[in-house]
Amino acid sequence: MPRLEVRKTYKLYIGGKFPRSESGRSYEVSSAGRSPKFLANAAQGSRKDIRDAVVAARGAVKGWSGATAYNRGQVLYRVGEVLEGRRDQFIAEVAASEGLTKPQATKLVDAAIDRWVWYAGWPDKLAQVLGNLNPVAGPYFDISAPEPTGVVGVLAPQDSSLLGLVSVIAPAIVSGNTVVVVASEDRPLPAISLGEVLATSDVPAGVVNIVTGRTAELAPWLASHADVNALDLTGATELPWAELEASAAETLKRVVRPAGDGSGAEEPDWLVTPDLSRMHAFLETKTVWHPKGM
Amino acid sequence: MSPTSATSQARELLGVSSLTNKALRTWLYGLPGVDQVGLEGRAAALATRSIKTDSKAWAIDTAIGMIDLTTLEGADTPGKVRSLCAKAELPDPTDLSTPQVAAVCVYGDLVGVAKDALRGSDINVAAVATAFPSGRATLPVKLADTRDAVEAGADEVDMVIDRGAFLAGDYRLVFDQIAAVKQACARPDDAPDAHLKVILETGELATYDNVRRASWLAMLAGADFIKTSTGKIQPAATMPVTLLMLEAVRDWRELTGAMVGVKPAGGIRTSKDALRYLVMVSEIAGDDWLTPQWFRFGASSLLTDLLLQRQKLRTGAYSGADYVTID
Repeated sequence: MPRLEVRKTYKLYIGGKFPRSESGRSYEVSSAGRSPKFLANAAQGSRKDIRDAVVAARGAVKGWSGATAYNRGQVLYRVGEVLEGRRDQFIAEVAASEGLTKPQATKLVDAAIDRWVWYAGWPDKLAQVLGNLNPVAGPYFDISAPEPTGVVGVLAPQDSSLLGLVSVIAPAIVSGNTVVVVASEDRPLPAISLGEVLATSDVPAGVVNIVTGRTAELAPWLASHADVNALDLTGATELPWAELEASAAETLKRVVRPAGDGSGAEEPDWLVTPDLSRMHAFLETKTVWHPKGM
Repeated sequence: MSPTSATSQARELLGVSSLTNKALRTWLYGLPGVDQVGLEGRAAALATRSIKTDSKAWAIDTAIGMIDLTTLEGADTPGKVRSLCAKAELPDPTDLSTPQVAAVCVYGDLVGVAKDALRGSDINVAAVATAFPSGRATLPVKLADTRDAVEAGADEVDMVIDRGAFLAGDYRLVFDQIAAVKQACARPDDAPDAHLKVILETGELATYDNVRRASWLAMLAGADFIKTSTGKIQPAATMPVTLLMLEAVRDWRELTGAMVGVKPAGGIRTSKDALRYLVMVSEIAGDDWLTPQWFRFGASSLLTDLLLQRQKLRTGAYSGADYVTID
């Protein structure tokens, strides 16, 4: 018997909940490739959704950054487990979103899950690698330790819908930051499913907030928002990203530029094993002096 | 107004020769009953108005000017009160066009500190009195508490009614206490009397009918303001309860010609909420009430959110908690 098609209209992921866009808008998402096919409707977020997401992210900073590094590692590893459990769904979505064959998509999804697990191992090692006992000319210990910067706004890569997405979210939250992510405009389905994964794992509400919609409409609000501490422009390759950087500078945000320069900006090769730079970009360094010999 | 003149005015209004508890009960029970569903529906409908651009800017400034900036903690220190007063005088140091708040509200023993800190400004000092927040003390203690605050220079006194007596049906006792505290707010000679705000603590009154009765009883006894809550009990100020009290002051003016103010307090934290209350004031009581003289917000964190919204309107970018002073 033929089944009635179940057409999906997805929502946003903000503060651990799945609200509709405040604007009530949604847009059609189609598959990539020669003959685009309707995949689902995605919520078309507005500036007020960005505002709400930043409020949720700010509220989650204290608990997430205050959790022990070991605990954060466990929580992130649990996300890796849930990702693995939904591997087939992600393969189908990545294949449809990026116009790939199943073996190609499988390679990218496996790399994405491995990437997440790789980052899950980092929380309790960052301080050893990036912290330091500084030599000083006096009877003091002088210790530098990395601390999260706070709320990070992330423009997710436009092309790599899962591997790229994971590669920008994970390094930001590893150290205790919380993120507001603007998902890939044309390929948001893996991001939406990642939101469902995060909601059903142990990640506290508000640590990751995912807004779907038009990147060009949402990015300026994220860049100018005074309660956002850092901005990842990786997904802004098609936008005048220098203007976004200038806007972010008004409130002294840390900014990660897209790879490449100016109009030559492009997405990096996400299959390359990352270094520490993306984690390092969203850290502050706290240095304390402590008298010796007591 | 002395207790006797309050009593005689009440006798006249009720049309009785002696103001007994029975007469008060008959009068209060003669007030129309509250339609709960209708009331909550009306409050919810008024909360859906959209206030934008110029109107929003006006409403935010008006709301800031109506705030009783409040700190009522056991841990209040003179330093905390002084910093609160500094914020009351200059809410946003990055924008000197920001209006000042209406008053600073503190416990009675800190009135002197607040008065000193606010010397030379137009900001009033309000003190909570009469065994705030429970109100469980004998009348002489409540009166001493009130006089203490008035002598220290309080411009306004926020008293709590005896909810126990009210719920037990002892309306005459509640009336007498309010009238006596009102008298204790008086200053000799030409010095202005302290304004009396009567806190009904609606969260403990159980029904909307009781809120209406308590509002009328307080106005009958000489309240200058009726106030929803202490902020120590949940639920504190809600839209329906405030709507009911706005109706009461509107009807009181119809009856007597005198205006009484309304102050929702507790639980109003966002600009959106504050704007909804202003819509309600305008729609229910009328625009005459849209001034700090007749409408106040009892709040502390509300000011911060109003300032953030004000900065958003001014700069076009969303602001953050790092850009406003902490209390």
